[in-house]
Amino acid sequence: MPELTARTRHRVCFRLNGREVEVLAENRMLLSDLLRHELGATGTHVGCEHGVCGACTIQVDGAPVRSCLILAAQIDGADVRTVEALAPEPGRLSVLQAAFREKHGLQCGFCTAGILMTLDALLAARPDAGEAEIREHLSGHLCRCTGYVTIVEAALAAVEELRKEQKDNA
Amino acid sequence: MKPPAFDFLKPDTLDEVLDTLHRRGADARIIAGGQSLVPMLNMRLARPAVLVDIMRLDALRAIREERGEIVVGAGVRQAALESWPQLSAKLPLLARAIGWIGHVQTRARGTVCGSVAHADPSAELPLSLIALGGSVRLASRRRKRTVAASDFFLGMMSTAIADGEMIEAVSFPVAGNGTGHAFREIGRRHGDFAIVACAAVADATTTHLAVGGVDDLPRRFALPQSDGKALDEALNEIAWSLNARDDLHASARYRRELVRRLGRDAVMEARSCRN
Repeated sequence: MPELTARTRHRVCFRLNGREVEVLAENRMLLSDLLRHELGATGTHVGCEHGVCGACTIQVDGAPVRSCLILAAQIDGADVRTVEALAPEPGRLSVLQAAFREKHGLQCGFCTAGILMTLDALLAARPDAGEAEIREHLSGHLCRCTGYVTIVEAALAAVEELRKEQKDNA
Repeated sequence: MKPPAFDFLKPDTLDEVLDTLHRRGADARIIAGGQSLVPMLNMRLARPAVLVDIMRLDALRAIREERGEIVVGAGVRQAALESWPQLSAKLPLLARAIGWIGHVQTRARGTVCGSVAHADPSAELPLSLIALGGSVRLASRRRKRTVAASDFFLGMMSTAIADGEMIEAVSFPVAGNGTGHAFREIGRRHGDFAIVACAAVADATTTHLAVGGVDDLPRRFALPQSDGKALDEALNEIAWSLNARDDLHASARYRRELVRRLGRDAVMEARSCRN
């Protein structure tokens, strides 16, 4: 049985945005801090640090989760995706990101990375998601700028755009 | 908002888990999905010296039917139960309640048994377990025992789990023929902790109502079969019996009114949707 002692840094290996990473971290380090401080992946923002605000939402094994509620010691072997994974190449936005820009789905941007990761997971699982489902998923996020309306509009526009793309490719 | 230091153990077998709990006693806490425990660690409301991760144990990940009960292992995440294809048929109350637990993002990690172990008075899973008259399977190095839900919850975040013990599974009775179920909840925002939550279970001869969010633990009551004045009086008595208190989120009076109204709605719906 692996026993990781307190106050010692232990090796943690996982996949981050398609790349194997290996870092040393104390058991008590939160995944949000591990990403930002040890791996320099500062796209993930840290808000409340007790799972309420949704700013730090990332994807673990395809599901949107709070990175502030996951310990470094729990992430060994997992597949982690953060907002850095969304853009297909530098200087080009994903369909979802472009829709946020087009529809003013953000103002200060603090909550945006988390919201994008939730919606990206939703659209991957349910490409025909409707407004009710989008709102249900957004309920796990706090945004103090937009009033959410433009975020919902952006998500619906992304659904539409992805549908068009799929039809063109078919 | 950072957790204090702790040892982190990753056992591969249930025996290793139970040995560790036996050795480390009250210093040890089980961690599964971490959606209740990690906030407690971050806020330093909990300071266990050692965390025992049970998510490597495949044996605890099963949802299975056993003698008229659905047995949910300690490693089953809430999202896994939510997407279990037989949920609506076997546990219609859970099918209605589970979407009210936190958010998609916390259900993806949080476990069913973890919520039961945490025993928050307004949590949906303890309430559902009480409403259905389910039970909790506890294991320690010395023995295994099954505790009825009504004996398991002792108070606010307080349960019958002894030092050295862990929840191995929780069991929900399969919905019987001719039984109807309903769930109602009011919170400030969707996904917030319930100010009041009600779960009703009705068959041809009995109606039970369980209420969460008001008293220190979820409670279950039998109701008269009437849908008129006798029902209102019974709901009023329940509302006054629950030690409702004023707090930041709602007044005691508002909570009692919610018990009366949500309780009635839940009862009427449960009676009308009997399968």
